[in-house]
Amino acid sequence: MTPLAQSLAFGILVGGLYGLAAVGLSLVFGVTKFLNVAHGELLMLGGYAGFWFFTLWGVDPFLSLPIVVACLVLMGLVLYKLLFSRMVKLSEENKIKNTLLVGFGLSLIFQNLALRLWTADDRGITTSYSGQAFTVLGVRFPMVRVASLGIALVCLLALHLFLHRTYTGKAIRATVQDWEAATLMGIDIHKVYLLSFVLGAALAGVAGALVSVGYSIQPTMGLEWTLIALVVMVLGGLGSIPGTLVGGLILGVTQSLTSYWIGGTYREIVALLLFLVVLVVRPQGLFGSKEG
Amino acid sequence: MSGKRLVVIALVIAGLALLTVLPVLVQSDSIINLAILALLYIALASSWNVLGGYTGQTNLGHAAFFGLGSLTTRLLWLSVGWPLPLSLLAGGVVAVVFALLVGAPAFKLRGVYFAIGTLALAQVLNMTVGNMFPMITSLPAEYLATYQLAPRYYLFLGLALLTVGTAYVLVHSRLGLGMMAVREEEEAAESLGVSAFRHKLLALSVSAFFAGLTGGAFAFYHVGYYPQFPFGPVWTFDSMMMAYIGGTGTIIGPIIGAVFFVVAKELLALNLLELHLTVFGTLFILVVLFLPGGLVEAWGRIRRVLARRARAREVRLASPEQASGHQTVVGL
Repeated sequence: MTPLAQSLAFGILVGGLYGLAAVGLSLVFGVTKFLNVAHGELLMLGGYAGFWFFTLWGVDPFLSLPIVVACLVLMGLVLYKLLFSRMVKLSEENKIKNTLLVGFGLSLIFQNLALRLWTADDRGITTSYSGQAFTVLGVRFPMVRVASLGIALVCLLALHLFLHRTYTGKAIRATVQDWEAATLMGIDIHKVYLLSFVLGAALAGVAGALVSVGYSIQPTMGLEWTLIALVVMVLGGLGSIPGTLVGGLILGVTQSLTSYWIGGTYREIVALLLFLVVLVVRPQGLFGSKEG
Repeated sequence: MSGKRLVVIALVIAGLALLTVLPVLVQSDSIINLAILALLYIALASSWNVLGGYTGQTNLGHAAFFGLGSLTTRLLWLSVGWPLPLSLLAGGVVAVVFALLVGAPAFKLRGVYFAIGTLALAQVLNMTVGNMFPMITSLPAEYLATYQLAPRYYLFLGLALLTVGTAYVLVHSRLGLGMMAVREEEEAAESLGVSAFRHKLLALSVSAFFAGLTGGAFAFYHVGYYPQFPFGPVWTFDSMMMAYIGGTGTIIGPIIGAVFFVVAKELLALNLLELHLTVFGTLFILVVLFLPGGLVEAWGRIRRVLARRARAREVRLASPEQASGHQTVVGL
């Protein structure tokens, strides 16, 4: 019983990060219809930012999170101003297609540069408290992963409150519902797009930094995490933050149960098969509405 | 016009003749290997172009067909002992069967979902093959002893010609027009009685068949590799980038893109510390953003500007006093 409970626990712990990784992609896609497939690379950059702050200057990875966010905000700004702002006016179908292609170009560039700058080695942050864990009913909970899950939940809650309680958040949701009507109501949708894109990059940065603490990072991790984020986005349905969290948890638990019952090498395969089934049977996601 | 056409035909024939005698002229193995790589990419990018460029379905899982072709051919040729031509053909057929099996449900997915669905599917296959065939596959000693590059080169040459030729015939046929109609406006095509589903399925099958054959040729060419290697997403992204940089939806585009890619990669890898992927990524983004027609469109633009200048000069020479007036007319 305990090994099963243990893998369930690990599944939930990683599932929270999956949710955090996906919510940025989902926010950007929902608001701007940009499908930024370089999202996984932004995550990778966040991971390396946290890693270098810790390795070079000994900054605690949880304390450096705000600096990582600042770096990714800057990166998001540059990418938006330089590239993505040029695709705002395209029709929806072309917008998705072109941003997807530009995203592939970006992921190639980031991956190649990261490989040259930081080598292909697996990296991870090992702090003085990395080995600590507490045990509940024989199930082990590593402290850093629990803390990461906590931060992921706080981020998701904060985003939810921001979108629902603030004026700016309401403007973002109005743009999702009908951007033309939003424009007529005096909402500057270019600002909304920029804000969403930058927020998405920042969320990817946080997720990446947390991955580098509890797990490991490498320059080629981007595609895997982009796929994870896509899977969770489709599982959870667009535009629902609780749905995205549940999608992340489902994916995390499915993967760890697959490892437990079938074998570790099949965890990604089962995740992708789950994704394909959902795509064909219920393209609007498990929790999404028909309109998306 | 017919004079121009003759020049094009003469150029094509000269090019083909040069390609045919290349192994005799050039003794360097590294150049032949480079030519083989270029021909492989021409076939792969052209086959991607049939579905991605002419039919407008962004397929991010092209590596699956390439991989299936290589896996089938290698297994039948080396393990089962089938003759090579039959093994190659089987590789193409298996890729088509797989394409048809997944094509029907995949085309229910429109646009972006088709793209990420095919990407996910190719990754599933990639990892499954990695799990099932973890050992490297090498040519047996008796094949290695008689290994020659020339037959491999001619196989790839024939394959590239066949792929480009088939694509040419297909897109100049009624079916090809239907494919392009589906790309431009699916609803409008349907309302004119063009079945989008059937045309997509046809384009997918042709695309998969030639990618499978190319994979089979790869299995014949490569001495030793992990069976998972041809399933890697890099094969999809490379061919897609080549088609875009050259010009999607044109016959010559993927050829230009492939040759450009291989030559530039060779030059950049020597001088730029393996940063060629950064250069290609940047180039690819620039093409998507500013030059949707790729290098083919760039050439067209340059030619038009040159022609306009030449005409303006003629006008100026003929009647200097009216030059400015004429120029604006010509400019329009």
